[in-house]
Amino acid sequence: MSNESVQPVECNHCKLAVPVGLIEPDAEFQFCCNGCKSVWNILHGAGLDGYYTVRDAVNPDAQRVTSTDGSYEELDDPSFQASCVDNLPGGYAQTELLLEGMHCAACVWLIERLPTVIDGVVESRANIRRRTTIVRYQPDKVKLSDVARALDRLGYAAHPARGAAAREARVKEDRKFLIRVGVAGAIAGNVMLLAIALHGGALEGMAETWKNTFRWYSMGLGVLSLVWPGRVFFIGAIAALRIRVAHLDIPIALALAVGGLWGSYNTIMGTGEIYFDSLSILVFFLLVGRWIQHRQQRNASDHVELMLTLTPTSALKVNDDGSTNRVPIEAVEEGMVVEVEAGGSIPADGIIETGETNLDTSFISGESRPILAKIGDEVVAGATNLRSPIRIRVTAVGDSTRVGKLMHLVASASADKAPIVQFVDRIAARFVLIVIALAAITMVYWTMRSGFVMGIEFATALLIVTCPCALGLATPMAMSIAMGRAAKAGILIKSASAIESMSKPGLMILDKTGTITQSKTSIVQSACNVELLAMAGAVEAHSNHPIARAIANGAQSETPLVATEINQTVGAGISGVVNNQTISIGSPAFINSIMPLDSKVQSSIDSMLNQSLTPVVIYSDTLGMGIVGIGDPIRDDAAHAIDSLQRLHWELSLCSGDHPKIVAEVAKEVGIDNATGSVSPEAKADHVRALRSEHDLWVVMVGDGVNDAAALACADVGIAVHGGAEASLEAADIYLTTQGVGPLVSLVSLSAHTMRTIHMSLVFSVCYNAIAAVLAMTGTINALIAAIIMPISSLTVVAMSTRKWKEPR
Amino acid sequence: MSVLFIMIPAALILAGIGIVAFVLAAKSGQFDDLDTPAFRAVFDDDDTMHTQTKNENTEQDSSSDA
Repeated sequence: MSNESVQPVECNHCKLAVPVGLIEPDAEFQFCCNGCKSVWNILHGAGLDGYYTVRDAVNPDAQRVTSTDGSYEELDDPSFQASCVDNLPGGYAQTELLLEGMHCAACVWLIERLPTVIDGVVESRANIRRRTTIVRYQPDKVKLSDVARALDRLGYAAHPARGAAAREARVKEDRKFLIRVGVAGAIAGNVMLLAIALHGGALEGMAETWKNTFRWYSMGLGVLSLVWPGRVFFIGAIAALRIRVAHLDIPIALALAVGGLWGSYNTIMGTGEIYFDSLSILVFFLLVGRWIQHRQQRNASDHVELMLTLTPTSALKVNDDGSTNRVPIEAVEEGMVVEVEAGGSIPADGIIETGETNLDTSFISGESRPILAKIGDEVVAGATNLRSPIRIRVTAVGDSTRVGKLMHLVASASADKAPIVQFVDRIAARFVLIVIALAAITMVYWTMRSGFVMGIEFATALLIVTCPCALGLATPMAMSIAMGRAAKAGILIKSASAIESMSKPGLMILDKTGTITQSKTSIVQSACNVELLAMAGAVEAHSNHPIARAIANGAQSETPLVATEINQTVGAGISGVVNNQTISIGSPAFINSIMPLDSKVQSSIDSMLNQSLTPVVIYSDTLGMGIVGIGDPIRDDAAHAIDSLQRLHWELSLCSGDHPKIVAEVAKEVGIDNATGSVSPEAKADHVRALRSEHDLWVVMVGDGVNDAAALACADVGIAVHGGAEASLEAADIYLTTQGVGPLVSLVSLSAHTMRTIHMSLVFSVCYNAIAAVLAMTGTINALIAAIIMPISSLTVVAMSTRKWKEPR
Repeated sequence: MSVLFIMIPAALILAGIGIVAFVLAAKSGQFDDLDTPAFRAVFDDDDTMHTQTKNENTEQDSSSDA
């Protein structure tokens, strides 16, 4: 035993080291935290120790249990139940819950054993990729809130999955996509078998009846492939023609149509070549490429959707008798009184009825400093309550709130944003013209030389062999590989066209609060004895004021200090006794009234005010005077990332809703010359729009707040940073899943790499096509050569798209 | 050779059955989640009964030790 206490002790649940203070020498099992202990007890009690066997077998990264201790009452509200819970026959109900923290096989195992943990749950089916589980339960035996609480206690905070209708439509679309790929593959395989017989027969000699039979079967299958799975290309081409944009579908549809029609004619007449083997392989390959890209994009948007669901979706309603109960956000109505706890976010616009607090409105206005809100003040939905609980009378909900109106702006901005004509589509436009010209030349030449039939024969061969199959496959492959790599580097890309826009230097507009800065008040500058600061931290731990919390978090102490005799003067300062010494902390005026400030302190106060920091003076009789500057600190990686981007010739500017002085200060610090402050959300969007029309370059917007959302939607590429507001997630094309702006550099490098790969593939496939075109124009091609060239060129470019990429550090 | 007149349609009908089965499977949601089943494969003792009996065994073991 004595040996064990010297060695680090492993937590029996999560296998992380148990903190020295928590080791119980006599206990059989050791736990690093109460969360792990209670989960272990639940599992042990329900006979689910098998979890540990599975967990050890798959050996995932260790994770501490984090329970939220939420009540989940809102899940029992009828209005929520009506929209999100399906009632099944036989008294069952079913709903989908998104779970935080599900990450490995052992989690799946445990979540699917939910029926043994809680009575009344019949089935729980987990989905690891989406991190959800579908729970079937008996509503008369168990409440949904009990189910959610049980999952929470196991360490998986549960959130109701909303937007069931949209999800169902997407699932249907996914299934259709997969069916098309499968059917195209099956048909292509069968046509190939027939083609082998035909080509073999052509070499060895084959009876005419057999040859015709095989050709008729090929035609049947080939036409089936064109009209069923291959239909999407015709639909795409017609849609592109109707709105007069170039699209890769146009040359593909042209080749498929001409090949199909001429092949059918030849089959019926019993003359010439049929190309159904090449055509059905073409359909299959192209669909596979698109399906892979589609899946990758779906992955990114699923993750963003999960992030959206994690934002609070309930409110604490205050009843007439003063009691409170949790209701879903949909049930909040005008005139209702809701309570907002400290740390909670305000669910609707309203007026404060009771309480006084500081609000963080940086998501809505971009202002970095907390705002003081008193009784009678208006508050906006989405602001975070930093200090003490308040009750507000709701004046506007949903679409009529300030945030709701901004969301309308986002929706309209997204709607009038012209689609980016992708690189391959621009190439396709030229491609179509060249191919049609060549086909016309071929046809005219061979018609004059050996008659009309030969002319059509060789022109058709040309159209089929030059079909941009390799390009059509290479682009989605390269894009989806890039998206996969980006996801690993902490970047979720929702639309593939963003990769192209990020590949060349352009204009990048950065938001300040929350993007370049951390949007969190803390100590930025300090001219203070460490010991004094530690003691100040102990005093400030008794206050909820944002500045007090910044000092309490910033103070580091080896031994925990305890402060007594706390005395707060609202709006001025606080004092207390630590280790028998009186410590006073507060505004310069507050300390000046206790002890006159010396000139050194006075000069640091002036310099801090110049840098837009809030100076706080700390004083004790024995340790003297110290001063700290409180502000919104700049992210550690911001300066480096901005420097790297500028070196890559990106033009950066700063655009923020915060005070111009603070914005200018931050811009100077990170090395951006162009900075504007006090910009309203609408003006931000207009600014982006103006830049887009003025410049030929791509305009990229990086932001985090609701105030950036409209600008994100307007820009060619909108990038939302980690921890951003829900509105910005929805509006952005790209979402950074790790802290900071460092991933931007990786994103730019990866995009450039991907576009280089696509360019290389293009050169390759053009070479293949040129050779094939020459063969077709000289009349030396036949269906066998076409059938061989096509897959080889496709496979080459697919192999090329897996080219290595090194993440910049 | 004339057996091919029967064999090719027969092969195509088999392929057709395969396609129909695939389409039905996809429509019923068999391929919606391609990741979780891979994890389920590692759960060897699937039923809780089994886990419970195993539990009792270990308890007996520990009691006999004592």
